[in-house]
This record gives sequence, C-alpha cells and structure tokens, in this order.
Amino acid sequence: MRNSGFKILTEALTGNKGWKANWRQPTPKSAYDVIIVGAGGHGLATAYYLAKEFDITNVAVLEKGWIGSGNVGRNTTIIRSNYMLPGNEPFYEWSMKLWEGLEQDLNYNVMVSQRGILNLFHNDPQRDTFIRRGNAMRLAGADAVLLDREDVQKMCPFFDFNSSRFPIKGGLLQPRGGTVRHDAVAWGYARKGDELGVDILQNCEVQSFMIEGGVCKGVETTKGSIKAKKVAVCVAGSSGRVMAMAGIRVPIESHVMQAFVSEALKPVIPGVVTFGAGHFYVSQSDKGGLVFGGDIDGYNSYAQRGNLPVVEDVCEGGMAIMPMIGRARILRMWGGTVDMSMDGSPFIDKTHIEGLYFNGGWCYGGFKATPASGWCYAHLLANEKPHEVASEFRLDRFSRGHIIDEKGMGAQPNLH
Amino acid sequence: MSQINRISGGLIDRDKTLNFKFDGRVFEGHPGDTLASALLANGQRLVGRSFKYHRPRGIVTAGSEEPNALVQLRRGAHQEPNTRATETELFEGLEATSQNHRGSLKYDLMAVNDLLSPFLTAGFYYKTFMWPKGFWEKVYEPAIRASAGLGRLSGEPDPDTYDKGFLHCDILIIGGGAAGLSAALTAGRSGARVILAEENFRMGGRLIAETLELGGMSGTEWVTETLAELTAMTNLRFMPRTTVYGAFDHGIYGTLERMTDHLSSNEQKPRQVLWRIYSKRAILCAGATERLIAFGNNDRPGVMLAGATRAYVNRWAVTPGQRIAIFTNNNDGWRTATDLTEKGVEVTAVVDTRDGPARVTPSGASVVMGGRIIDTKGRHGIRSLTLSNGQTIPADCLAVSGGWNPNVHLTCHQGGRPVWRDDIAAFTPGDNLPVGMTVAGAANGSLGLAGALAEGGKAGNVATQDIGYSRSNYTAPKTEEEAVGISAFWYVKESRQRSWLDLQNDVTIKDVQLACQEGFSAVEHMKRYTTLGMATDQGKMANVPALAVLAECTNKSIPDTGTTVFRPPYSPVSIGAFAGRSRGNDFRPYRLTPSHDWAVEQSAVFVETGMWLRARWFPQPGETHWRQHVDREVLQTRKSVGVCDVTTLGKIDIQGRDAPAFLNSVYANAFGKLAVGKVRYGLMLREDGIAMDDGTTARLSEKRFVMTTTTANAVSVFRHLEFCRQCLWPGMDVHVISATEQFAQYSVAGPNSRRLLGRLVDPEFDISNEAFPFMACAEITVCGGTPARLFRISFSGELAYEIAVPTRYGDALIRVLIAAGEPFDVVPYGTEALSVMRIEKGHPAGGELNGQTTAHDLGMGRLLSKSTDYIGNTLRQRPGLNFEDRPTLMGFRPVDRSTNLTAGAHIIAKGKEATMENDEGWISSVASSPTLKYSIGLGFIKRGSRRLGDVIRVVNPLKGEDVEAEIVSPHFFDPDGERLRV
Repeated sequence: MRNSGFKILTEALTGNKGWKANWRQPTPKSAYDVIIVGAGGHGLATAYYLAKEFDITNVAVLEKGWIGSGNVGRNTTIIRSNYMLPGNEPFYEWSMKLWEGLEQDLNYNVMVSQRGILNLFHNDPQRDTFIRRGNAMRLAGADAVLLDREDVQKMCPFFDFNSSRFPIKGGLLQPRGGTVRHDAVAWGYARKGDELGVDILQNCEVQSFMIEGGVCKGVETTKGSIKAKKVAVCVAGSSGRVMAMAGIRVPIESHVMQAFVSEALKPVIPGVVTFGAGHFYVSQSDKGGLVFGGDIDGYNSYAQRGNLPVVEDVCEGGMAIMPMIGRARILRMWGGTVDMSMDGSPFIDKTHIEGLYFNGGWCYGGFKATPASGWCYAHLLANEKPHEVASEFRLDRFSRGHIIDEKGMGAQPNLH
Repeated sequence: MSQINRISGGLIDRDKTLNFKFDGRVFEGHPGDTLASALLANGQRLVGRSFKYHRPRGIVTAGSEEPNALVQLRRGAHQEPNTRATETELFEGLEATSQNHRGSLKYDLMAVNDLLSPFLTAGFYYKTFMWPKGFWEKVYEPAIRASAGLGRLSGEPDPDTYDKGFLHCDILIIGGGAAGLSAALTAGRSGARVILAEENFRMGGRLIAETLELGGMSGTEWVTETLAELTAMTNLRFMPRTTVYGAFDHGIYGTLERMTDHLSSNEQKPRQVLWRIYSKRAILCAGATERLIAFGNNDRPGVMLAGATRAYVNRWAVTPGQRIAIFTNNNDGWRTATDLTEKGVEVTAVVDTRDGPARVTPSGASVVMGGRIIDTKGRHGIRSLTLSNGQTIPADCLAVSGGWNPNVHLTCHQGGRPVWRDDIAAFTPGDNLPVGMTVAGAANGSLGLAGALAEGGKAGNVATQDIGYSRSNYTAPKTEEEAVGISAFWYVKESRQRSWLDLQNDVTIKDVQLACQEGFSAVEHMKRYTTLGMATDQGKMANVPALAVLAECTNKSIPDTGTTVFRPPYSPVSIGAFAGRSRGNDFRPYRLTPSHDWAVEQSAVFVETGMWLRARWFPQPGETHWRQHVDREVLQTRKSVGVCDVTTLGKIDIQGRDAPAFLNSVYANAFGKLAVGKVRYGLMLREDGIAMDDGTTARLSEKRFVMTTTTANAVSVFRHLEFCRQCLWPGMDVHVISATEQFAQYSVAGPNSRRLLGRLVDPEFDISNEAFPFMACAEITVCGGTPARLFRISFSGELAYEIAVPTRYGDALIRVLIAAGEPFDVVPYGTEALSVMRIEKGHPAGGELNGQTTAHDLGMGRLLSKSTDYIGNTLRQRPGLNFEDRPTLMGFRPVDRSTNLTAGAHIIAKGKEATMENDEGWISSVASSPTLKYSIGLGFIKRGSRRLGDVIRVVNPLKGEDVEAEIVSPHFFDPDGERLRV
C-alpha cells in the first residue's frame, strides 16, 4: 500500500477505513535463510536491505518485545557524519547519504530534518582538533563549516556570550547534520521489509543458539526452534548477554545513557547544538520539546534508567550555554543501555562460529548509523565479505592493533 | 464582572482581595485561591487551546494532572511557559496569558486545523510531505514547527536562582492527605526522623476537598488538629509545595520544593530548591487521580472531573457553573450531586452509566440510570448535552467521574510494573517496589477514607519498627465508609462525534483504533504513533481509558495490554532547578595559580586551561597585537631570562620502598637507576600501547620521587597510578598523593636564569653548572630559609630551572623573582610564549599526545626500555601500531616563508587531489616563530623520518588554504640542546 497525500485525502473522505497494518503478525516458519536477532533500527534495516539489495527475502527478524523497543526508540534522534578517522568517516558519510534518500526509498516520512549540527569550541586546542576533523570530513566529501564567535552569535543569539565560565570561541557546523523521527525509522524499515516478504516476529525471544560442531544452525526461541542458514545478532545494549549464549565474550560493556525531553515550547533552537566544555547537547523536536542529553552514567548496568548526578550535570551544561532554558521544565527522563566498545567504534563482522554474525558496539552513536549499518550487515551476510566502508569494523582489530579510537580515549573499562 | 461564581465557605481568606490579570483583563481573587479557582470564580471558562487542533479548552482538574489550563505566567525574563493554573497560587499582581493561539484566545486562526481533522489523523505525517524531496526542511517542517509547541521561552537568561540540598531521614512520607498524615502520626510519635512532603500548598489532600466526617469532625478540622500535633514534633520536617518527582537507586528521592513561586517577587531568595532525600524507608501516600469518560465533544470548556468540581465547591468556594450536570460510572458522581446541592448549586441531571435504582436525587434534577452522553454543545463552553435516548439537558458545567487511578508512578521508577484490580477498575502498585518503599491509602488502591487512615497509620508503624523504633499507639478516627461501586465504563460507543482521550495532544478514540488497525497494537507503539500520554501531563488522565480502548481493539484484557513505562519526573521540573547555582561564571569552580593576583596587577590576559585560569600573555604599553606580546616574551626569554607560572602541571608525590620499581612499571623508559638528586624525562603509555602522558620525575631521596604530569592529564594520571598501585600491584610498598595544589612552581628560563636565581637561593647551596648540572634537582632554601625545591629542567630549550615553594609562598616568590630579575630585564611570560618555545624545540604537547599516537609516532621509539617490562609494553607491539605507513612526528615550514601554516590542516602530496585517499597526515601545532621569523608547525606524516626535505602541500579546505611546505626535523631550534647545558 503506497502512502501519498492523495491516499490521505481519499481515506479522509471514506472514514480512514482503508489503512492496512504496516506489518503482518506471521507465525514463525521452521527455517529461514537468515535470522536477524533484534528488531531495532539496525536489525530491521538489515532485513530490508537483504531483501531489497541482495534479493534474500526468506528472512525473519526476531524481537524479544515490540519492534523498535531498544535504542532506536529512546535515543536523541541526531544524525551527523562529523567523524575524523578514515575507518569511520566514509561509513558515516554514506549513512548520511542513505538518510537523505530514505523517505522516498521507504515511502515513509521519517522526517529527516537537516537543520545542522553545531559543535562549539571554547579554546584554541579544541579549535585545532575541530579543524582537523572538519578537514577530514571535507576530504571525504562531507560538508563542514568552521564558524567564529560572531557566526555562532548570529546563529544562536541565546547562547551565553557574556558571563560564560568557558567562553564560546566558535564552532564546527555540519549543515547536513540534523535529526530524524526515531521511532518512524523502525516502522518505515519494518513496513517495507514486510512488504518484501520479511517475517517480523515480535514477542519472540531468543533463548539459545543451536550450535553444532562449530556451526550455528538456528535459534531456540519462546516461540519454538527456528532453523537458519545464517544467524545475525544485532542487539545493541544486550550484546554481552546474547553473545554469551554462544560462548562469545565481546569487547563491549553495557552502560546507562540517559536522555531528557522538556515540555513543548514554540521553536527556539534551530538545529543540534553541542557544548564543548561540558556534557550537553540539545535539539528541539517538531512537537516543540527540547530533546537533550549528556554523558553516560558511568557504571555498568543493564537497567534502562539512570540516576541524579548525571541529570544534574547535564542540566548544568545546558544552563551554562543557554541560560534561557532555566524556566523550561523537564517532562520526562529515561535511560537506554549502550554497548560501549573498547575503542568507541562498532563491529560488523563474522564470528568464529560459522553461520553466526555480529553487529554491535555502537556506543552512544548507533542511531545515525542505522541505514549504513543495515546495508553493510546485509552485504556481509549476502557476500561473506565486509562492505568497503565498513571494512575496519572487525572483531579482531584489537589483537591486530588496528583500533579506531576517534576520541583518543583508549580502552577504559568501567569508565569510558 | 467580579467573582460571579463565588459561593460560601471554603478555605480562602475573604478579608483580603488579590488583583490579577489574565490575557490583559483584571480580575479579583483571594489568598488561598489558585489561578484556576480564581478564574472559575470570575466565570472564565475558556483558558487555553489544545496542541494539535487548537480546540477551545477549559479547566478540567484541580491539581497537577491538569492537561488543559496551561498558561504563560509572569512577564519578561520571568515568563514561564506551560504553567498549570490549577497549581498556581494566586498572588497580588499575578499576570497570566493564554497560549498556543494565533489571534485571540477566543478567535484562534489556527483552529482551522480542527476543520481539517479528518486529514490529520494519528500518524498522518508519516504518510505524506515526502514530495518534492527538498520540501521537508523548507516548507512542511517549518510550518509544522511553527504551529506546534505550547508556550514560549523569553529568550533571556532565567533571572532567578535555584539551590540544591541534601536531606537525610528515617522515613519519607510522600503526600499529606489522609494516609500521609496518619503515617506521619505513627512515624512521628515513634521518634524517628520523618519528612512529610506534599505537592500542594496546603496539607490535607482530599480531606479538605470533601465533606466527609471523621471522628465527629469535618475533614478540615481533623487536618488542623493533626497538624497541631505534628508541627509540635521536633523530629518531623514539613515540606508543603514540595513534589517528590522521582524514586532513584538506594532510597534516594528526587524532590523539588517551590520556595517563592507563590510570591509576587522572590526578593532575591531562591525560586526553587532541588533536594536529594536519602531515606531509610519511604511511604507513598500520593493518592489517586480521577479520569474522564470519553464521549462526543467531551473536551469543551465546562467539562470537569467530578472530584475537581467538589474541590472547587468545598475548598475554594467556587462553583464551576450555575447549572451542573453529572456523568458517572461510580458512586462519586452522586457524592458530587449531594455536595453541590448542599451548597445551593443547581444540579440539572445525574447520568449514571450503571443500571439499577437511582440514589438520593437532588430536587429538580433529571436522573438517567444506564444513561449515555453522546454529545455536548457550545463552542467556547458547554451549553447543553445530548443523551443517547435523545434527551437534551441544559448545563454550563458537566462533572464527570470515570473512576480513580491510584498514583502508582513512583512505585514504577525502579522497573516495577503495576497490577490491575478489577474491583476498582484501576492499576495498583505491584510487588516489585523500589527497595524500602511501602504504599498506603488511595495510591495503594484503598480509595475510601477509612482505608486510607488505617493503612497510613499502619504503614508508619511498620516502617519505623522495621528500622528499630518502637510501635506508636494509633487509633484511626471513625468515619463513614462508602464503597466505590464502580462498574468500568470507558467510552460511549454511541457517540458519533470525536471522543477525546488525551485532551492536550488531541488524541481521540478513533486515533487509538486507527493505530491498532495499522498494526500499532503494542501499547508503546500506540503511544508513540498517536502521541497519547506524551503531553505535559504524561497521560495522567488519558492513559488508562486509552488502554481500555486498545484492549478492546486487540481482544485482550487491560492487564494483558499493559501500561507504558512510568518515568520521572512525576510532574515536570524546571531545568534551572536541576542546574542550581552551576551556571554562568559559576558553572565550574575556577582554579587560580599562586601568581594570579600578581598577574592581575600586571594586566595579564588569562586563558582557561581546563579549570585553571592561566596568564596567556602580559601586554605592555604601546603593544597593539597579541603577537607583539608573545614575540617580546619569547625573544627576551631567549636573550636574557623569563619567568612563567607552571604550577598547573600535575605534581604527584611518590614514596615507598618499591617506588623505583613502581616507576619502572608505569613509565615506558627505565627509572630504576635514576640517582638521588637527578631528574629524568618520562613517557607513560596506556595499557593499549598508546602514549598517555609525559613529564619529568625527580628523585629527592632513596624512597621519594616527585612526578610532574601535563596540566591536562594531572587527574587522569593520578587516577591511573592509584589504579596501578591498588589493583595491579597491591603488594608494592608505594604510596602516591597529588601535590599539585600544595606547591607553587615557576619556570625560570633563559641565559641569565642562573644569575637571577643566584640572588635568592641561600648561599649554602651551590647552583653552579658543575655542582648543579642539567637534570639535577635538590631541596634547598631561598630568601633566608624558605624551603624550596629546585629542578634544572627546560621546556623552552634554554638554560632553565623550575623552582617550587609551598603554595603559601607562591605570591611572594613571583614578586621576589621579578625583583631579582630586574638587572636582567626579566619578563614574565604566559602560556602562548611557552607554547611557541616548545614548538620551536619540537616538544610534544596536547596536540601530539592526543591519545592516538605511539612512542614511535612521536619519534621516541629509542626511549622505550628494553630491559624492563612496563604498562603498554605488550600491546604496543601489535602490528597495527607499528606498520610502516603510520604517520610520525615531523616539523614543517612553508616554502614561501611569508605564508602561515594552520593547525588541523591536512597533508597531501604535490599534484594529487585533496581527497581522503590521498590524505598523508595532519598539522598538530603551529607557531609564528619570532626566533626563526617564520611560521613553523609540528605534524604527523606517513613515513615522515624518511622524507626529510620533501615538499608537500598543507591543505585546509575549511578556509580554502593550500600551502606548500617542507618537511624538516621537529627540532627547529638548537637541535643539539647546547643551550641547556651551559
């Protein structure tokens, strides 16, 4: 069923009776070519691209709860491709290009809104690092603009330019950065994947992998055993727990990441803004809520909730750069489980168990990667070799020393 | 018009009159009023517009669950959007304006959305606005954004202050109604430390809103008597106007106390205080929230919850209408009729969805048992209602009771899930409560007064006994108990008009049904697709009826359908309160160096370095450009002598028998054999083999070392050392302590530095080149006995020393150094000159030690110890950190010496296109060298050391720069270090 303005008109005049379910509720088949574990953004995107780009349609996406119930439904909706390292930037820039055509591709308005992302800097060393990054982006064909203090003031006159503890000196702007309606991404991929024949199995939790002689042959689920030629895990914050069922310890720790939304306000913040001297970033949703966040809570946890020290730290950062938001109120705060890898970069790779594949380690930046991650995972599943823009996202990169440490933080278990 | 709806009684102070403005019109009210009760008293029914369709809306509730009556309070920078009129205490001069309309509140141009509603169903925007491709950002989205949102921020900094505090108690009681006050009696009598928090400005909850009798007293009298006892207790802290907004780990409760929101002006006192309450036990007595029944046009101004109607009549002496009809599915509707009649308010009808006999009928009222309201009439406020039997009933207010939802929110903040109870048709707390929490009264599903009193008293006793206090005597007062008698009834199927569930976000029954039809049948999908429950009230009234509709669509029960997740805050909390005083210049503390005051006297310009403020340069009269300050400081230091405050470098005191072995293990170069009285440069690696930090370590005695770190890594290195000591090698006899702030340290650099120091070092210490050579250190005294440490180390490349004294002498020492240097024309120099000199010498700093480079990358491969093992030694040998193409540190200078290099520019071979494939490295630090008189840079380039003399391009697409540069040694100045050793 095609979505269009015309369809909305005709449906409105006939009582909106003709809208169909966006995805079926199929019963599981006994076997599939590919099983994807986890119907989040990445899993659903993988299924869609498997069907669309690689003609593999005998695919099931298994989800413990409801589709999109993980990080795709609880992130702060930001998309950007402002990375520096050659192992990362081409991947994220390609993801950005996929975002740019996603609505037409899916026939679903996921509200890709390229209102820009502005990273503020507050001192010379920070500026120099941003220049290096901005130039890396430009060399990779992405867009980046260096703003001085006056440029920033024109764009965001509400920043504190007078009494700021860490004065704003300028910023790196990616005009093509922005936000996307996060839930709709899951729904759009699910709808189109379903249309192409993919089975989306909700409330179907994987309880174990069928591994025989070093080969993965399927999964046991709450809806029975399902065989598959290939099993592709894509479970973000649950990576550690799920891979443990296959006896694999992944270089990932699960952490709590909180996010916040304010009451709805008339438009006041143009795009996405990040503070450079504290942990705070913000955008304003189309409904008017300020959507913001900051640092991870800083302890290992699978609980999708956080605690007050970080809440206060985030709000302090917000008030430091835009003291006008003091009288806006936080409406809701929530936590997600982020899969922090040891160098801050993800994995899209085979495992040592034949037929078992792994996608994870997206840290707090998986949402913007959704389209490219899905495509590259599908490419790996279909062709048995990595896509060229994801060729560095290997599980063995730590033993080889080819780490992709964008921030230069190093592996900091328990801290990050 | 003045208070036409004011009736007798109530808890307001009629002796005083308060003037206030709504949408520019002046009204009167009394102390004790809320803005909502005062507006109702004045007959103002229309107070706002809904979010999506801009439908006219009035006051629905009398509390924090209000979805409609949101106003913009106060003016100018104090403007406060989305403020609930039902919670706003009236004060003299209050100004409020209605929100979310174009044109006037009454004639809102955006109400055209309502006419288009068949097209604007749930999720319509996902299906359109996709063509043409570029129009989303340019056309559709701006239009949607402009019409969305509710109130408006002023755009000015919030002028108020906010405080934060911590409270500790044995028992936290949340809610000061019948259950909460009873719990406070037993808990308080036991002697335990008790906090009683109540969101309203008046304690009592429903007791002061109803006409129930207890112990032969009215509710208000009992509350007054109880409060008299409680306020006399010294172990009990009362917190009215205080919302416990969240339950966090370890019995910590997030709490907001509104200190001055009810005053015309806060007189510089904090507006709100954000408390973190640490409790041993918590008793949740948060009561219950009434819900509507959905039927056609049930959103018009004048439709109100029955309980709110009683509250306005009983507590605030206001009748919400002159002719009131009642629609109910439980006995509360009838209680409303009785209360209204007693107050002399005309009740036109009681429509009860239940079959069976009518109860006491108010005179003149029609009673319809098994009745259904299918529609209401009246554009800006209801005039009449229509029943399914065709009957039309005139009414200017309709009191609706669809049953009560226990306020289980806080029981769910730690992952708990509520359980359904059919007998009250509501969710009640589950058994997985936050640790230490119990629930009593209506919040626990005990909706009657007797139950609340008994449960509250018992909960107080159980909690106190649990933590070791003795039981208190308590007899709940006798009261009339009436069954709820609810028969679940969610919406009127016969209605053909839109029936509203979420009044603020404009979600109807049909929207929920459509979501289900389109496959969004999981409760979270329904919420996210329709936006039900996502408004500023978080669906306090709407969620449960919507669940019932969804359950019907999916043929499931309500408990099988489940709820969405309850998240903090219970009601919205201002961002300013969470930030407290950490804003503006107080966002983070300043760390000031010991020479700060002196530098201020010298008119130094400062720069933020982490939390430190450091002198960046010291301008002199006649200089107009910062380059002049820096060039002078560099040249004079290199020519004679300069002084720089280097206190900010991390200083770590390391002591113990195993200190040498410890240093051998944390540094990548050997330290075990460092002689007493000597200093050595040290490079530290992370466990993954990447360079972590560098600095010097001096050996003061056999068992005592002093390490310096970079300013940026002072904390992380110290943390790293503690981790190594405590976790990796707990057997080592070594202790570390940060001494960064205990010593003031100055660099004295330049050919005349020894002569300058000679004038203050006490004569018994020989600092001649022979006695105190390069890399020597000693504990000495200066200025006649002041203890000091002297290190002969150099960052500038000159003959140089660093001298440290206890911080309290730091200010004196800078003054002594400058005075002693007068004969040599000493200059103080700032961080910029420091940076220029280190780049001229090719020393790595933050731009080079960026957490991505190895010792080899930095040209320090030869430094690595071959004889000892150390942190990072294993993983640094991985192939990825040693392959030939890795960029290594080199120097760069422009071929055309008049051009400048830019830090952050990338390196591309001549003749190649500027693309990522051809990227060979980057420039990490640059300086305009006054010594060499041209721009120099440090940077990393593939196979650097083998390309000395090659010419490459330094490109900076961000600024359109493309400069040819020559690859040179990173040691631009005095590469053999001759000046250090003289």
